[in-house]
Amino acid sequence: MTFSPQLEAKFAKLLGSYPPGRQRSAMIPMLMFAQDEIGQVTQELVEEVASRIGCTPLQVEEVLTYYSMLHKKPLGKYHVQICTNISCMLTGGTELWEHACGKLHIGHREVAPDGLFSLEEVECIGACSWAPAVQVNYDFHHQVTPEKLDQLLAGLRSANAV
Amino acid sequence: MLYNEPSPHEVKILTRRFGLPDSASIKTYLKTDGYVAFEKALKMKPEEIIAEVKVSNLRGRGGAGFPTGMKWSFVPRTSPKPKYIVVNADESEPGTCKDRVLIENDPHQLIEGMLIAALAVDAHAGYIYIRGEYRYLIDIMDKAIAEAYEHGYLGRNLLGSNFHFDAFTHTGAGAYECGEESALLESLEGKRGVPRIRPPFPAVVGAFQSPTILNNVETFCAAPAILRDGGAAFAALGIPKAGGTKMTCLSGHVNKPGVYELPLGFPVKTMIEEVGGGIRNGRKLKAFVPGGSSCPVLTAAECEGLTMDYDAMARVKSMLGSGGVVVMDEDTCIVKVALRVMRFYAHESCGWCIPCREGTTWLRKLLQRFHDGHGQRSDIVLIGDLAKNMLGRTFCPLGDAAAMPTISFVEKFREEFEAHLDGRPCPFEHAEQLVMQ
Amino acid sequence: MPDPVKLTIDGKAVEAAPGTLVIEAAKCVGINIPSFCYYEGLSLQAACRMCLVEVEKAPKLMAACTLPVAEGMVVRTETPVVAEARKYTLEFLLTNHPLDCPVCDKGGECELQDMVFRYGAGESRFVENKIHVEEKQWSPVVFYDGPRCILCFRCVRICNEGMGVGALGIVNRGAVSEIAPNHGDHLECDECGMCIDICPVGALTSGTYRYKTRPWEMEHVGAICTHCSNGCKTTLGVRNGKIIRGNNHDRSGINGEFLCIKGRYGFDFTSHPERLQSPQMRVNGKLEPVSWSIALAAVAKKFGAALASDGRIGVIGSTHTSNEENHYLQKFARGVLRTNNIDHHRSGDVVTLLDALSGTTGSLASTADLYESKAVLVAGADLSSEQPFLAFQIRGNYRHHQAHVYVVTENEVREDGIAAESVRIARGGELEGIRSLAERLKTESELAIVFGDSVKGEAVRDLVAFGSSLGIPVKYVALVDYSNSRGALDMGLVPELLPGYQPSNRPGMTIGEMLDSDSLDVLWVVGANPLKASALRAADAFVVVQEMFLTETAQRADVVLPAASAYEKTGTVTNVCGEVQRLSAGPSTMGAKPDLEIIGLIAREMGQAAAAGPWAPDKVFAEIRATVKGYDVPMPVISAGGAAHTTPVNGRIPVESRPDLIHSSRDTLFTSGTLGRYSRMLGSVMEGRRR
Ligand SMILES: Cc1cc2nc3c(=O)[nH]c(=O)nc-3n(C[C@H](O)[C@H](O)[C@H](O)COP(=O)(O)O)c2cc1C
Ligand code: SF4
Ligand code: FES
Repeated sequence: MTFSPQLEAKFAKLLGSYPPGRQRSAMIPMLMFAQDEIGQVTQELVEEVASRIGCTPLQVEEVLTYYSMLHKKPLGKYHVQICTNISCMLTGGTELWEHACGKLHIGHREVAPDGLFSLEEVECIGACSWAPAVQVNYDFHHQVTPEKLDQLLAGLRSANAV
Repeated sequence: MLYNEPSPHEVKILTRRFGLPDSASIKTYLKTDGYVAFEKALKMKPEEIIAEVKVSNLRGRGGAGFPTGMKWSFVPRTSPKPKYIVVNADESEPGTCKDRVLIENDPHQLIEGMLIAALAVDAHAGYIYIRGEYRYLIDIMDKAIAEAYEHGYLGRNLLGSNFHFDAFTHTGAGAYECGEESALLESLEGKRGVPRIRPPFPAVVGAFQSPTILNNVETFCAAPAILRDGGAAFAALGIPKAGGTKMTCLSGHVNKPGVYELPLGFPVKTMIEEVGGGIRNGRKLKAFVPGGSSCPVLTAAECEGLTMDYDAMARVKSMLGSGGVVVMDEDTCIVKVALRVMRFYAHESCGWCIPCREGTTWLRKLLQRFHDGHGQRSDIVLIGDLAKNMLGRTFCPLGDAAAMPTISFVEKFREEFEAHLDGRPCPFEHAEQLVMQ
Repeated sequence: MPDPVKLTIDGKAVEAAPGTLVIEAAKCVGINIPSFCYYEGLSLQAACRMCLVEVEKAPKLMAACTLPVAEGMVVRTETPVVAEARKYTLEFLLTNHPLDCPVCDKGGECELQDMVFRYGAGESRFVENKIHVEEKQWSPVVFYDGPRCILCFRCVRICNEGMGVGALGIVNRGAVSEIAPNHGDHLECDECGMCIDICPVGALTSGTYRYKTRPWEMEHVGAICTHCSNGCKTTLGVRNGKIIRGNNHDRSGINGEFLCIKGRYGFDFTSHPERLQSPQMRVNGKLEPVSWSIALAAVAKKFGAALASDGRIGVIGSTHTSNEENHYLQKFARGVLRTNNIDHHRSGDVVTLLDALSGTTGSLASTADLYESKAVLVAGADLSSEQPFLAFQIRGNYRHHQAHVYVVTENEVREDGIAAESVRIARGGELEGIRSLAERLKTESELAIVFGDSVKGEAVRDLVAFGSSLGIPVKYVALVDYSNSRGALDMGLVPELLPGYQPSNRPGMTIGEMLDSDSLDVLWVVGANPLKASALRAADAFVVVQEMFLTETAQRADVVLPAASAYEKTGTVTNVCGEVQRLSAGPSTMGAKPDLEIIGLIAREMGQAAAAGPWAPDKVFAEIRATVKGYDVPMPVISAGGAAHTTPVNGRIPVESRPDLIHSSRDTLFTSGTLGRYSRMLGSVMEGRRR
């Protein structure tokens, strides 16, 4: 598999970060960074990572299916993650989640037909004091109201149209 | 920069640079006593460093509150194996968001804390395990690490000594269980985040089969202050047996949610009313969780005279935990809270042991049915009973973390469970709509 | 030895070595602490929480499976609190279990059932929906039913640790975790079925056995696997005269619970539709079924005539018939047919090894030695593929005793993964490779050397000389191919050697010479298929074949006599390490007879019964014990289904071992000579077809 030079550089750095013979340690970071670049964890990627760190594809599969941020199916260009855990729930996170589902006509871990947005109801993302919180890809948005969410989605949609 | 208005009640030790321009840069750090503690520690013997930490009465800030100095002293320094420093920045306990601000605002403080720990046990490499969702913190941390290498605070022969230290960031990928120290080490080694059989503890067999100091971000961040100003000064900030300040994350129904640095032993009522600005919309306090969602809930009545410290919380059968204070007003449906908490633990159970895997799933389903109005009176007993059957019987404390709050919800708010019986709709659904505005 | 630790378990005083786990210490005093995930010999999990016990002064119940004994520890394994904890753990476990016990293969032998019977609640409080996923087929051999799985991870560990394959893993998280195969939707592995056997519940089921019977409807017969030379005990589940299951879950025999695909599933040749069930005779150039009496009369007449006319008779014996049969066959050939023209397919140079070791004792390794020796060297064999139980022993030795393993082979082998050092060397150059390890080997305290057929003749002598030069105790195993290859040699199925490696003063023809001879009058083949690869020169030779199938050789026969398989008769066989074990008769095939009986009937028909002697297996074995050196094994061991290690000779063997005739067939896990060709299970797995 070929990756961007930046990603290859990251891989090289990772593989040098752990003690000798412990290259398996790089598995999760490699999967995460590669997923960011290609959008999902494909079987090809599983095999590639396995061979680079010297383990079996099954061992990668075991790990990959354990972690909720690694996914084998593609997500939307903007993956909208809405926290409904306790602090967010108390401050309107559940309603925000329902609002988003209604707005985008999709549900948990679903991708809109145009592929622009996907939704996920997530567990606490560490923004409790700024609840309710939303993460779009890796960007945090704090104290989000349904109106602010609408603006955010509209902004992303128009940014993408340009 | 993620930063809230400070409160006059705060004692700013770990947060002293918050709000300074460019607080995350090494320039700012060096201008504000940065790395002086490390310089001091370089001249000390490892035992002296550990002694200083012991004097400070610093207790682990990751949740369990284990005395840090003692933990460091467990590392067999004569072991021929390399030793490692591992920072737990997995911060996933619902209600907790303090490590995030510590890294975002002052990453060098963490690096300096790691260096001090490394000197204490003769470690030469450290890993900062950052939860996957905090990707931007990895960038901040990587930048700080690069700066530290440039300025000779990481790498070889630091400050002309023969001490070497390398630091690396390592990303998680979405798993609460990886906050548990041994599961974190598994994850660091590229495996499923399933805890290890303990003993041996990480201090003896940790990362890569080697002795390892593993602490929470906040714990490491306290180390520079301890070495700089002395353990006694740090101890004096807190109360006997628990020194220093505690990063406290106020969330939920308070007017001024935020992360505040409060001295240990701070009164709960003052914390909610003054630091947090009281309950939103003039409502009354119903309950609060003192240290993340795994701590047993406390009622408004229990707040009277209660202080934020390890022993006081233990006396009311709860825990100081991670400092995630979740405040709930009078219109909060406790059944819904119980359900949401259990949904979290069922989602995050690693699946290794039977009581946790099956118990959390059963309770989630039961509470969902109950909250939906299909509960029976016998279910109320069953909820408590199932939780008790998990308590103390699971492979790791995640099962306890799910059981303890559940038991407290049923015991302390039984009438709210009863109010959901006989097909009645949740009595609080309407109230929540109001909060939304 | 460090001082033992003293503790109390259920009021009993117990002494145990430091580091012993409480669950094991309890076992020593007859206290059985329940467990699902704990499994002797596999890594610790502490996952199932069934073994929780009360320990005085401990704040909570402790998992006995990971708790080491401590001085003065007071343990209680069956208090009300403990029983309650187990009851609720079982209740949790049953929440997502389908409870389809009435149709489950494991019903009646299920550890979950037994545990619920012992501790469980009669009533469940679980009224929510169960998680359901469909059953999956991973190979012709292995099926997985997720909902039944209790996630004890035994299967994953036995595959990883026991087999060194690592074909099973755990995927997903929490309540939806499940076991997964290495290739997404299917398995590519040894297809050994160890995972199925070790599964405490019916989550893993086997393609041959599933939904066929209830366990209590079978008769369980302890047989010895008839395929490779390792001599694994396989417990055959027989119902209505048919084998429907093979396993060794009772851990009897040298192999404990180990079986490879051949031992576990390769029994199905016994009921192959092409099994011969009636004697056949060539009538007008075509083989026609005839009665036993007609066939035997024809054979006896021909044998008699050949004898009378001083004709040339050749006898080819088998590598999977019993010691009794082999002994009786050679006795009959030499005594009655007055010929030393007797041979079998030789696959390892046992003869030179025994000769080179003359004068030493204790230099022949047993299968147990491979598990215990501090160091093991494997030369010239792909052990995991060709000698699977020996490989299993070495892996166990590495895992449990940190044995040093050395490998000298042409290609990469599985043992490389655990090897302290691997040397790649062309076939035939093994000795050179072994010599290159001399310095390291000298630092070992003992060594077991296992070598294949490319180490033969002088090389074996050199190997033994090298072993002696190391200055440490060294034991040897000369690998051979089939279930009684070793016994055939021991019983003198060679022209130049009588039973017990006594030289014959008038050596006869080898197989090759018999087939090449243009003046052979009679060729008698018992359980072998020499004509698969070679032609019979003597066009007029009268060929008698005792066989299970119409093989290439049987097709050339004038008389074919249907033989019983090793699973259908009694007797003994000797494995690659010289361990003698008893066969038990499980099913029977109508019309077929044990080869021993067939030979006896021929003798009687020829009027030579007295000369040939009695042909009851016990009587023949008594004679072997009395006359074959090294076979004077303790009868109680053999009778009880145990293995007795033989040490055949201890003096020089003044004949040449004929290295030119020694060739291993290199059968893999998925082939087994003629028998393998008639096992549909072996043929069904893709791994077998690929190789
Ligand atoms: C289920 C579970 C989750 C945990 N999550 C975290 C976490 O996110 N961050 C953390 O620092 N400690 C967490 N801990 C506590 C760690 O196991 C460990 O005690 C701590 O990191 C030690 O650091 P300290 O001594 O500085 O507190 C968790 C523990 C459990 C049982
Ligand atoms: S399939 Fe059987 S052996 Fe494997 S984890 Fe499930 S219950 Fe255990
Ligand atoms: S046997 Fe101890 S937890 Fe399973």
